[in-house]
Amino acid sequence: MNENLEQDLQKQLRKEAIRRNWNLFRQSKLGMIGLYIVIFFLFLALLQPLLFVTGIWNKGVYDPVVGYEAIKDTFLVVECPKEYPTEKYESMKDCPGDGEINVKRLYLAPGVEVGDYYEAFIQPAPPSSRHLLGTDSLGRDVFSQIMEGSQVAFVLGFLSATLGVGISTILGTIAAFFGGRVDAYLMRQSDLILMLPSLPLLFIISAFAELKVWHLAIVLGVLGGLGGSVITIKSQALQVKVKPFVDSARITGGSRWRIMFSHVLPNVAPLALLFMVFSVTGAIASESVLSFLGLLNIDMSWGIMIYLSQTDGFIFSGLEFWWLILPAGLAVTLLAGGFYLVGRGLDDVFNPRLRKR
Amino acid sequence: MKKNVIEVTNLEKYYEVSGGFFSRKKDIVKAVDDISFEIPFGESLGLVGQSGCGKTTTARALCLLDPKTGGDVKFYNNETQDMENIDNLEDEELKKFRRNIQMIFQDPYESLNPRWTIKDIILEPLNIHNIGDLQDREEAVVEILKTVGLTPASNYLPRYPHELSGGQRQRVSIARTLIMKPKFVVCDEPTSMLDVSIRISIMDLMLNLAKDLEVSYLYITHDLAVARYMCNRIAVMFNGKIVEIAETEELLNNPIHPYTKRLISSIPVPDPSYDRKVYDVNYDELDAIIAKHGTDNPMVDMGNEHYIATHDVKGLI
Amino acid sequence: MSKEVLSVKNLNMHYETLSGDVHAVKDVSFSVKEGESFGLVGESGCGKTSVAMSLLQLQADNAKISSGSIQLDGVELVGMNESELRKVRWDGISIVFQGAMNAWNPVVKVGEQIREAIREHYPEKSKAENTEKIESLFKMVGLDASVIDRFPHELSGGMKQRAIIALALSCDPKVVIADEPTTALDVVIQDQILKEIKKVQELLGLSLIYISHDIAVIAEMTNRMAVMYAGRVVESGPTAEIFANPRHSYTKALLESTPSVVGDRVKLNSLEGEPPSLIDEIPGCSFAPRCPNKTTTCKPELDMKLVEVGPEHYVDICSKESH
Ligand SMILES: Nc1ncnc2c1ncn2[C@@H]1O[C@H](COP(=O)(O)OP(=O)(O)OP(=O)(O)O)[C@@H](O)[C@H]1O
Ligand SMILES: Nc1ncnc2c1ncn2[C@@H]1O[C@H](COP(=O)(O)OP(=O)(O)OP(=O)(O)O)[C@@H](O)[C@H]1O
Ligand SMILES: [Mg+2]
Ligand SMILES: [Mg+2]
Repeated sequence: MNENLEQDLQKQLRKEAIRRNWNLFRQSKLGMIGLYIVIFFLFLALLQPLLFVTGIWNKGVYDPVVGYEAIKDTFLVVECPKEYPTEKYESMKDCPGDGEINVKRLYLAPGVEVGDYYEAFIQPAPPSSRHLLGTDSLGRDVFSQIMEGSQVAFVLGFLSATLGVGISTILGTIAAFFGGRVDAYLMRQSDLILMLPSLPLLFIISAFAELKVWHLAIVLGVLGGLGGSVITIKSQALQVKVKPFVDSARITGGSRWRIMFSHVLPNVAPLALLFMVFSVTGAIASESVLSFLGLLNIDMSWGIMIYLSQTDGFIFSGLEFWWLILPAGLAVTLLAGGFYLVGRGLDDVFNPRLRKR
Repeated sequence: MKKNVIEVTNLEKYYEVSGGFFSRKKDIVKAVDDISFEIPFGESLGLVGQSGCGKTTTARALCLLDPKTGGDVKFYNNETQDMENIDNLEDEELKKFRRNIQMIFQDPYESLNPRWTIKDIILEPLNIHNIGDLQDREEAVVEILKTVGLTPASNYLPRYPHELSGGQRQRVSIARTLIMKPKFVVCDEPTSMLDVSIRISIMDLMLNLAKDLEVSYLYITHDLAVARYMCNRIAVMFNGKIVEIAETEELLNNPIHPYTKRLISSIPVPDPSYDRKVYDVNYDELDAIIAKHGTDNPMVDMGNEHYIATHDVKGLI
Repeated sequence: MSKEVLSVKNLNMHYETLSGDVHAVKDVSFSVKEGESFGLVGESGCGKTSVAMSLLQLQADNAKISSGSIQLDGVELVGMNESELRKVRWDGISIVFQGAMNAWNPVVKVGEQIREAIREHYPEKSKAENTEKIESLFKMVGLDASVIDRFPHELSGGMKQRAIIALALSCDPKVVIADEPTTALDVVIQDQILKEIKKVQELLGLSLIYISHDIAVIAEMTNRMAVMYAGRVVESGPTAEIFANPRHSYTKALLESTPSVVGDRVKLNSLEGEPPSLIDEIPGCSFAPRCPNKTTTCKPELDMKLVEVGPEHYVDICSKESH
């Protein structure tokens, strides 16, 4: 009877706490924008497998890695000068074409005459109703690649952040608690890692071993976990350690480990969670840089998409092939930024500067 | 002869502080300097004095939170029925000893873990000492909540500290403190952050519990009026030393030491028609005299168990 | 009878917050006469600071004065624009904020910060004149003149608080509000500061509004007082009269729950329950739920009104019967 009352109240209080925190979070405009962005990409990441399972998307066509769609178009062959500028034309673009049919400007090849109609595959193909974001130079659906990329980003971000925050929380708390040599050692270690530039380090690692996504997650997690966040978590833990409730547990006879794990850890956890959200941002950015430099052994990611558009020579062609670069670039920026903003919003919940009463 | 629950002799606690950013010289702060007192079962001793005189330092040393620099602290041991020095207790014995002593802190907002429910907070001592089975423990928690006036218990158990008011939180602290049935509780200004209208109910609660459970308190406060309400005897502390110790009414009616007089005369009186006497002493002089004579001589009994420090303060009276 | 310097009539003020409006000042009326010391006493959160801030029109951004009037020397302050207010503040009415001693700018010398305040109001005065003024103020509050050239961190808490009082006096205000000027201080220091304030007040003939939660301090410091509970003034009148003859149950409870070092050792009475939340509108008597002497004639649902029960002695009507 009493127990029931207690449990009911517990449920009700929990609901209330969630509502209260949610209200606080909602107050932060930036945080909400970030949350919408993250939810949007999460939706994209989950949508793709759904589309394949329901058969709405055919794997042969829409698979982000091995899919292929041949899009043919008819071209009229015109002749254009070899060198520009000429008297008539500034550049090849000005060389005349026909409004109704695509015009292919070709140097005359054997067997092809000026004025011939000519059928050819167009790759990359611009956005169409079948391919919302067009296809890449291998005929693969760019939208599907973006979706695949968000899956990679979430998995990588989550794995590396959890690992990193797990490590730094435990080490930071241990440093605060045991002090002395343990502390000194951990602090020197994180100084060292802070000083090591992480990207070049990753270049070196990738030279020795093929980096897959989860390898990268571990490396990023460990680097993040041993680095500066240990120092921050430690200073937080030091503050918690001298609170009266910790003294009270000590007087009662609680062991060090008990106090560390059940009193100090839960109280640095909010800060750790905050770190976690912020470190997702770093992981997503690192992944795209490494992929862009071709240092990762993964099939598809936003970084790979940008990398491919660069190796295929599209990246410097202005905005003519925008769908090869912009969506992936935007996705990286948005999701990394989105997580950052969510972190800012959570910061308002955990450390309200002026908590309204 | 009364049985004592705690006997403190020549307790000292020094802190080393560096003398500034560039200096390597270490200064020594004598936060507690050679104090002695004892508290009989069921009685409470008030420790009063101005800010920074070493009250909290004394409390922390007694609770073994910080190691003391010197002196002896003896507790009554139930098994041997004798006073026992706690310095050389082994781990297991120490843990057992800790059942007998508890502390209530000043700030009800900081003395409960904000991430724990009230139930877990009060259960913790039982869990640490592994007392009874799960059901016994839960029953004990409900019982103690009733004792401190938080009923119905089911209304409080699942809450977190921030969902309670300051007075309720301090009641939870008291409940947690008392669930082990300690013989001695150190209270460091437990009501100074509470509202006037709530303060008395907390003090009354503590007084009643002292009577019912035979708890002795060391009650720390800077407010003599509060100490008067709570304590049988009062010790006045000044710069790390106890300068006067006597039965409460005796001390208030017949203060001898100039610092005690000064302290009593600085407490506002809730009566507009009362004309409070001004009693001023020169602190620096007082301090110098006490520093010169304080440690050598024991305190002298002025009769009525009224002790004062025997430094030459005549020039100041 | 000396004339009224400040008069507050039916002041209502609330804070707009996420969880609803916090009605911190409800229908508050009182007046302060020339050269008198007026006390405002009540528990934490009852709205004392909110009243003080309204008097200076310095409320928080989310605060709204919904009705009422505040007159300083016959001049209405509610609704005054910012530039006019700036003139009134500090030389008409000034304040020692709660916790103000922590509000010193740590990198500017104390004297310079006071000089700044004077310059704001009397730009025509020379530096030497100002320094002289500050020295005389410091002397008045018991500080050495050398403190002018010291940084705040070089001063003890008591010295900082004295300097804050000097700052509040720097523009010769008619009314000074002291909002718990001694809360963070030690008993002995508190005693010194109280004496200093009293001395200065009598010397300069100031009107003082002394805010405190400690009824013993109010007893010593003030001639007239008002007791606040949950945003309302529940009783006001001459201090001696209220202590001798408290009419409201809350005032009685306050008096009965304050320990003293003099007189007989008496059993104190505690008050059950907690002060109400100011978010909910409480119709009628807000003290009724905790009132130990509720009687059948007591009708908490009635609207409350301050009623004169003795010379200048007003009580919120609901507990009038309890005497
Ligand atoms: N960890 C420490 N290191 C150095 N000095 C300390 C430390 N803790 C306390 N002190 C010094 O010891 C003296 C006594 O401090 P303590 O906290 O015991 O005073 P208190 O009587 O409890 O004062 P209050 O009434 O303000 O709580 C002070 O001068 C203080 O500065
Ligand atoms: N800016 C604000 N926004 C919302 N609510 C506020 C704000 N300032 C104060 N309050 C609320 O208004 C009520 C009155 O506050 P006020 O500071 O006036 O009390 P007080 O009597 O001065 O208390 P104390 O003795 O603690 O200083 C309180 O419930 C407080 O929580
Ligand atoms: Mg202390
Ligand atoms: Mg206030």
